[in-house]
Amino acid sequence: MAKVKVTGSEAVILSLLEEGVDTIFGYPGGAIMPVYDALYDYDKKITHILTRHEQGAAHAAEGYARVTGRAGVCIATSGPGATNLITGIADAMIDSVPMVCITGQVSSPLLGTDAFQESDVVGISMPVTKWNYQITSPDEIPGVIAQAFYIAQTGRPGPVLIDITKDAQFGELEFEYKKCTKVRSYIPEIPVDPFQVKAAAELIDEAKKPLLLFGHGVIIANAEDELKAFVEKTGIPAAWTLLGLSALPSDHPLNVGMLGMHGNYGPNIKTNEADLIIAVGMRFDDRVTGKVSTYAKKARIIHIEIDPAEINKIIKTTVPVIGDAKKALKMLTQNVKANSHTEWVNEFRQADQVEYEKVIEKDLHPEKPGLTMGEVVRMVSEATGHDAILVTDVGQQQMIASRYFKFKRSKSNVTSGGLGTMGYALPASIGAQIAAPDRTVVAMIGDGGFQMTIQELGTIAQNKLPIKIVLLNNNFLGMVRQWQQLFFEKRYSFTELQNPDFIMIGKGFGIPGQKVDQRENLQAAIREMAEYPGPYLLEVVVEKEDNVFPMVPAGASVSEIMLEP
Amino acid sequence: MKREYNITIFSENHIGLLNRITIVFTRRKINIDSLIVSESAIEGVYKFIVVVTTTEDTVKKVVAQIEKLIDVIRAFYHTNEEMVFQEIALYKVPTEALYDSDQVEQIVRRAGARILEITREYTMIEKTGYKEETKALFEELNQFKVMQFTRSGRVALTRDPIERLSEFLRERDAFLESMD
Repeated sequence: MAKVKVTGSEAVILSLLEEGVDTIFGYPGGAIMPVYDALYDYDKKITHILTRHEQGAAHAAEGYARVTGRAGVCIATSGPGATNLITGIADAMIDSVPMVCITGQVSSPLLGTDAFQESDVVGISMPVTKWNYQITSPDEIPGVIAQAFYIAQTGRPGPVLIDITKDAQFGELEFEYKKCTKVRSYIPEIPVDPFQVKAAAELIDEAKKPLLLFGHGVIIANAEDELKAFVEKTGIPAAWTLLGLSALPSDHPLNVGMLGMHGNYGPNIKTNEADLIIAVGMRFDDRVTGKVSTYAKKARIIHIEIDPAEINKIIKTTVPVIGDAKKALKMLTQNVKANSHTEWVNEFRQADQVEYEKVIEKDLHPEKPGLTMGEVVRMVSEATGHDAILVTDVGQQQMIASRYFKFKRSKSNVTSGGLGTMGYALPASIGAQIAAPDRTVVAMIGDGGFQMTIQELGTIAQNKLPIKIVLLNNNFLGMVRQWQQLFFEKRYSFTELQNPDFIMIGKGFGIPGQKVDQRENLQAAIREMAEYPGPYLLEVVVEKEDNVFPMVPAGASVSEIMLEP
Repeated sequence: MKREYNITIFSENHIGLLNRITIVFTRRKINIDSLIVSESAIEGVYKFIVVVTTTEDTVKKVVAQIEKLIDVIRAFYHTNEEMVFQEIALYKVPTEALYDSDQVEQIVRRAGARILEITREYTMIEKTGYKEETKALFEELNQFKVMQFTRSGRVALTRDPIERLSEFLRERDAFLESMD
């Protein structure tokens, strides 16, 4: 490519185009204005989504990344613009979401002088980024952006932040773009060691009660087919973490459900009976393991993981298989014997039956008059052909939705796992819908989380994004209230909400909707929402004091999972 | 069991990296007992030596988390037994004390220390050794009122006969080439 003389800010846009970026989420302001000015000339090539708050831009970029597998890009000004991104960046860091954040910064001579809208965003973002860099000279721009995309999207992905001083945006450079293919001090992935695979295969062939746990890593590695092939050849039951959800279709006969605190009964109790755990692309989060000292004590552990720092971090591994999950699973499938574990799988199905009688039946087919979150979730799943992209917020609705929504396709579940960021769903659904314009996107949100980022209704309306917003309103910060009920003697300290008229708020933004509080109206309302060609807000008034069960109480062993209070 | 560990980190020389490294310790609330940073024998590669008191289980995890930082090339940890290490200390005593008797001179000789500079007002003494040794010398000299004192962080080398980094860098270059 021939060199062309451009300004730093134009170089930013040209670099993004070189990386194949078609959409950016952002919010303008003083220190990023030159980049916005350059963007004005490229509106045919790059779509800019103006969110209503920078946190919204960050979560939207995450939603986009989760659905496409490519880095989401967000852009903000210095100072408060940059600090408002931080929650989204921290969320992306802990959930391994590729993201490139570009922030404006005061001119380089002003750095460190407490200039207007100056904040040390490189310092602030350091603990929550995979990498960050401050550009003070225009000719650094193409190289640093190339490196940013490379680092964000390779290995274990994560967010990177590039801070660009205003003088670097105004300055000129000879633009030439070369994609980054290596960084000396960074090895994105280690080739899978065939000896580790052989050792793992031996354990798998010997196991009588093996259980596979799959997480986000399977989706990040595009290893869904390899996962399916592996479980089908070995007949091993497979359970998912919150972020592994949708990697294996919900109705697959070897899909035995969700792990962890509000997961299914079977995979939790069977974890402590299994003689082999095969963990793929997951990191033994405390919400999955419960009490670590009693976790899977009868099992040998195989850990397939791209990040060597995760090996033995929480659970001592018998055989680590370090590397890309797709490659590792493929090699492992070739090395294991075909097998079946019919009786062992049946034990999970028996546990399912117990859970059905104690929990699921009441959730899905309640006899009491009050609506349950479970019946709403399942009905929305059915109305969208079990093929929607589900974006959930954090709390009770997240757990219930993850339990009862069904999936046919991968990359269809978008949620804040590690950080547990309330207010995530609405902006993340914007990114998800833009990433998959032809798919139905359902944003499932509680009344608490909805009010944390409610202003993004404006972004949805302005961009005519046909997101189906399902607001499950129990007038409480439900998950906190549940804990107060169970562990704090029903002392409901500041968890009850006086809520606004959400439907009127939606109307104010130009988003139609309706509120349902009777079971007989639910089906028709959901159908109307599903068939409506634009954004739609469905508010469902659910039982105020329903709880999510099963539940592994904090600090308890997974086998101590409670089916009822 | 908690004990002293010496963590050696080889890195690129990038602004802010020290901060990124210390964050790994701060997150786990581990105090840094000693820290030195300087260019290594390989041009452009910087070497950190960090001394912490913790368990082997924790130091392993910390080293793994440091090693995954983008600008870190390699990190290792060693026990004190596996390393040869030294610290350097400087002491300023009033020159008057040297006129009054030969005690200061005797102390300096016994301690294997040396005198760096003598002015009318002060005499600067240098001692290299273990922390206990430089501390002991301080106690001895302090009877003449040490005016100022400073001690470096720990410099340390493993008892390994070879420098693993150059070998490692060669392997890594070959590996990165093979990625193309």
